[in-house]
Amino acid sequence: MTGSKKLGKQTYVFSRPLPILSTASVVGRKEGEGPLGEYFDEVITDPLFGEKSWEKAESKMVREAVDIALGKINASYGDLDFMFGGDLLNQLIASNFAARDLPVPFYGLFGACSTFTAALSLAGIALDGDFADKVLVTSSSHYQTAERQFRFPTELGVQRKPTAQWTVTGAGAAIIGSSGSGACLTCATVGRVVDMGITDANDMGSAMAPAATETIKQHFEDTGRTPDYYDVIATGDLGCLGKALAEEMLSELGYDMSKNYTDCGVIIFTPDQDVHAGGSGCGCSATVFAGYFYSSLLNGDYHKLLLVSTGALLSPTSTQQGESIPCIAHAVAIEKV
Amino acid sequence: MATKEKTIDQEQYKWRVQRKKPKPAVLRNTIMAFLVGGLICTLGQGVLVFFQSLGMSMKEAAGPTASVMVFLGAFLTGLGVYDDIGKVAGAGSVVPITGFANSMVSPAMEFKREGFVTGVGARMFQVAGPVLVYSTVTSIVIGIVYWLTRLWEARL
Amino acid sequence: MQYLMAFLVGGAICAVGQLLMDLTSLTSAHILVLFVSVGAVLSGLGIYEQLVELGGAGATIPLTGFGHAIVSGVFEEIEAKGAVGILSGVFKNTSMGLAAAVFFGFVMSILFNPKG
Repeated sequence: MTGSKKLGKQTYVFSRPLPILSTASVVGRKEGEGPLGEYFDEVITDPLFGEKSWEKAESKMVREAVDIALGKINASYGDLDFMFGGDLLNQLIASNFAARDLPVPFYGLFGACSTFTAALSLAGIALDGDFADKVLVTSSSHYQTAERQFRFPTELGVQRKPTAQWTVTGAGAAIIGSSGSGACLTCATVGRVVDMGITDANDMGSAMAPAATETIKQHFEDTGRTPDYYDVIATGDLGCLGKALAEEMLSELGYDMSKNYTDCGVIIFTPDQDVHAGGSGCGCSATVFAGYFYSSLLNGDYHKLLLVSTGALLSPTSTQQGESIPCIAHAVAIEKV
Repeated sequence: MATKEKTIDQEQYKWRVQRKKPKPAVLRNTIMAFLVGGLICTLGQGVLVFFQSLGMSMKEAAGPTASVMVFLGAFLTGLGVYDDIGKVAGAGSVVPITGFANSMVSPAMEFKREGFVTGVGARMFQVAGPVLVYSTVTSIVIGIVYWLTRLWEARL
Repeated sequence: MQYLMAFLVGGAICAVGQLLMDLTSLTSAHILVLFVSVGAVLSGLGIYEQLVELGGAGATIPLTGFGHAIVSGVFEEIEAKGAVGILSGVFKNTSMGLAAAVFFGFVMSILFNPKG
């Protein structure tokens, strides 16, 4: 029977828990100096990471994260059936060029900063459909590559707006298996593109908050769960303003998020790190999950996590043409089984 | 959005955001812009006075002064200092001609990896280009008006 | 005294730029274009010359002074050569600053790499 794994409108419940076998996170210096610094596998101090360009450095960070994740479970490239990965750069050059060096069947994904949970949910679908035994997901971002593509040259003397966010330099990887126990993917709620008319590219949190709200609401409606089902609900990179907006809108919808709601972009930095509204980028939720949340799940601090990566689907072209910012959020439930 | 018209939801959301949005520290920013911009101009005045002391008129000294300030802006950008000044000073370091130099050096340096012609050469005018275009066009229009006015006055 | 006036006039022009940046959604590129054009117009109206006399470098160093330099060059050339001056005057007073900007810009971007 088709659709039997689909619950409600947008949620897919996997027929068995899909264990996350291993994760890895490689981050930049600023992230390493942040409050979650101790949880990351590797902190690189040089934004070039020994390469000739920042783009090459981002690609290398992805490969590095993949190697660390494989090394933790003594697996090799040959054990991987799929790789789902993405980043923020035009034509996904960080991920595509990383995959160039990996003999693994590869799907490149663009979901802006929502890529990590987009990849996780697709991995779940591939594994649950018995198309694979081990799937690799990655996503990455890099402050300098994102700045020069989306905003200004890094040395231009501009003042940032208080709502601006700081793109996380980091790559996260996770390897998901088809059966077993541990921290497991149990279901995913795939988001719709939501556009509430925000045009300010310096205020992504406000643009993305409605998409996150929509997906979280849909997840609760589809599953019949309430916020207190989870130990922690984490959005990807809404930052301070976006988080406050999402929390307010969800509470108006009858979901009290005050106790267990957090945002990866808010917790990866401290306010004194000159990041304004917080962190952002594909690497934000990827490294915070791969570093902090995954180890918290393993050591029992948390048992049930809803990870909701949020993406602003804009380009410099659309911004210059005055378009508003369409946004998306995908939710993945990760539970200790 | 299929149409550009905002829905009621979008309109409401705009208000919700406006209410929560942190405002820039306008007073502090303006004071900093005033102080840093003023200091850069005071420095420029020093350079101007120096060239005048060499026997140049104020008008003759303007070009060399601008060149020295441009050099300073370009050099500080190369050292990676100008963007740090900009974070604090805002318009105070954007509006002086040192900021114009910064707007040329920062993209040229940044896009060096994309080649000397398509990177450095083309990107140098990313911000400076529009400035030249609009200052030239505006001035030519003003020049035409001035020339016509003079013609008309001569006929009277 | 002339230093104080340079400080006050230059600072005031920058403060106006900051207010525009904070209270509108103009970017620094917009501000530069706006300022250089406004400088040209004020120069055409004969106002900017008075500001230069008052503030010295405080009026010539901000980018409004660049617009003023172009227009004053155009006017001088029109006086001397007539209609030809409309075009030939554009870079008369600005050639040195522009040449310096292109040259130093090029040299610095060769010598240095962005820190990020």
